[in-house]
Amino acid sequence: MENPGLFTAIHRPGDKSPSQVDFVVRTPADLVRIQRQEAAEICNVFGMSMAHATMMLRTMRWNREKLIERYIDDAERVLRDAGIADIETDAARPTVLPLRHQLCEICFSNEPNVPMYALACDHAFCVECYNEYLSHKIQDEGLSARIQCPGTRCPNVVDEPSVEMLAHPVDYVKFQRLLLRSFVDENQVMKWCPAPGCEYAVECHTPQSALDSTVPTVKCRCGHEFCFGCGYANHQPCICNLTQLWLRKCMDDSETSTWISVNTKECSRCRSIIEKNGGCNHMTCRKCSYEFCWVCMGPWAEHGRTWYHCNRYGEQSSQAARDSQEKSRSSLKRYLHYYNRYANHEQSARLDHQLYLKTEKRMESMQQKSDLSWIEVQFLRDAVDTLVECRMTLKWTYALAFYLEPGNLTTLFEDNQCDLEMATEQLSGLLERPLERKSIPALRQQILDKTAYVASRRQILLDDTAEGLADGRWRFNMSLIN
Amino acid sequence: MAATLPKRITKEIERLVKDPVPGIVAQPHEDNLRHFNVQMAGPTQSPFEGGEFRLELFLPEGYPMEPPMVRFLTRIYHPNIDKLGRICLDILKDKWSPALQIRTVLLSIQALLSAPNPDDPLDNGVAQHWKDNEKDAIATATAWTKQYAQPAPQ
Repeated sequence: MENPGLFTAIHRPGDKSPSQVDFVVRTPADLVRIQRQEAAEICNVFGMSMAHATMMLRTMRWNREKLIERYIDDAERVLRDAGIADIETDAARPTVLPLRHQLCEICFSNEPNVPMYALACDHAFCVECYNEYLSHKIQDEGLSARIQCPGTRCPNVVDEPSVEMLAHPVDYVKFQRLLLRSFVDENQVMKWCPAPGCEYAVECHTPQSALDSTVPTVKCRCGHEFCFGCGYANHQPCICNLTQLWLRKCMDDSETSTWISVNTKECSRCRSIIEKNGGCNHMTCRKCSYEFCWVCMGPWAEHGRTWYHCNRYGEQSSQAARDSQEKSRSSLKRYLHYYNRYANHEQSARLDHQLYLKTEKRMESMQQKSDLSWIEVQFLRDAVDTLVECRMTLKWTYALAFYLEPGNLTTLFEDNQCDLEMATEQLSGLLERPLERKSIPALRQQILDKTAYVASRRQILLDDTAEGLADGRWRFNMSLIN
Repeated sequence: MAATLPKRITKEIERLVKDPVPGIVAQPHEDNLRHFNVQMAGPTQSPFEGGEFRLELFLPEGYPMEPPMVRFLTRIYHPNIDKLGRICLDILKDKWSPALQIRTVLLSIQALLSAPNPDDPLDNGVAQHWKDNEKDAIATATAWTKQYAQPAPQ
């Protein structure tokens, strides 16, 4: 039996809440072990070598049941797809061919006593050429599982033991890394942690089809929290589809142009874009000094005696134009309402690093100014951790809220959001308070209480949204395109 | 100066000279032995019959691990060859094997002339023509052969 301690499950204290999913962080060593176990199962069933079993599993994207079924159905086809020439050969112990006088078709050398190698298909090449061939495939083409025999149109795949024997150690190391990468990439229940430089993978069994009703947020051992569904950084409680839509909308320049078209007009002479931010209708272009009426855009001089009261204003055509402008303005206003709040939290999140540095300093000065020990000032750090988490959650609640239909549930959601927002800002304010010797114990208590409060508010909001998603309770103002 | 030529290329050149492929002449440039001028006779019973096609072939630094680069210099009406002379042939791309040679590559190109494959086109216009009205497309190819691929008078 394998050592169960190697399964390093992230422990979930007690029952998990509705907003959490089960997942396991896998180290590279775990991944190698899992591959071996899977292959060993196949070996047990069909009695073939590990290398061959692994090759067949790869073509079936590591779906063991499917492989067993297909192999029983049509073994020959499975072997052909996997590029195995002869299942009877012992791929575990490849050997260099006994020396013979044969032409190597790569270097055209036919000197005697040159060590040569061939797969079961018997396409022999000298060991040196094989080495160069593998190096080219691994280093230049980034291939691993599907390196074919160098023979012309030969479908057989160079198995791992052969690569180990023939390739340069540097190439073999990269070969193994590529194999490992493809193992996770091909596996439906595994994903690499997208954090830069992180080498862990996360295993999670939430299927892609459930992404409309759940946000599978996982936390890698490196500390990075991300969505297992789309790989984007934690975007709870907003589901993947809406997250993509929202991000695209925010990035899209069309919103900028909508804003420009709604809020500005062009000078009728020099075409400069002008935003009117107050004052009367008598406009003077800053650039070309053209004087015109903001209402009808005609030259000011022609307004004669009706100055400050454009007589074209009451006409039907201008009435209609104003109505349509009103409409697009209100939808823009709505978007900007959510976007500003979203962007606000994102901006704060960008300053996280500074906040942590500042907190570090405050923790020091708090120790100097009071008789609190290092351990006792850790609460400040916890408070900042919570603050950052809450800001991230709040950020995505605004994206979600933008897509919610108005209704009682939405009102409840917004109340929860408002509550969390307020408490988060209060916590943020407490963290900024100047440190005075006398008030430190009281401040500490306040911060501790507030931290616990916002953390629980956040959990309530996340759980409620997750339950709503699972029950299909939420109504969105657009159809979810899959 | 270019690095010394690998033994394999020297041997290939020797063999091409000693034992040429029928209907194909491949000659390396004097100043660059990796660069070949190729003359290919249009295969019999094809719209390219009677034509004399010029190609260039270059062996990149990575040869034979990487495929040679080949293109037609003579204009040709063929669904797998575009107007820049680039050739759509699997062995020149992902199906390349270091066990292939200049000789086998040129033979494959000649075979491609005999058997155009409009289902894997490089030039969509020509391929569509080939699929819609093969007879008419072949007539155009024959006309192009007459117009552009006449052997230079000796």
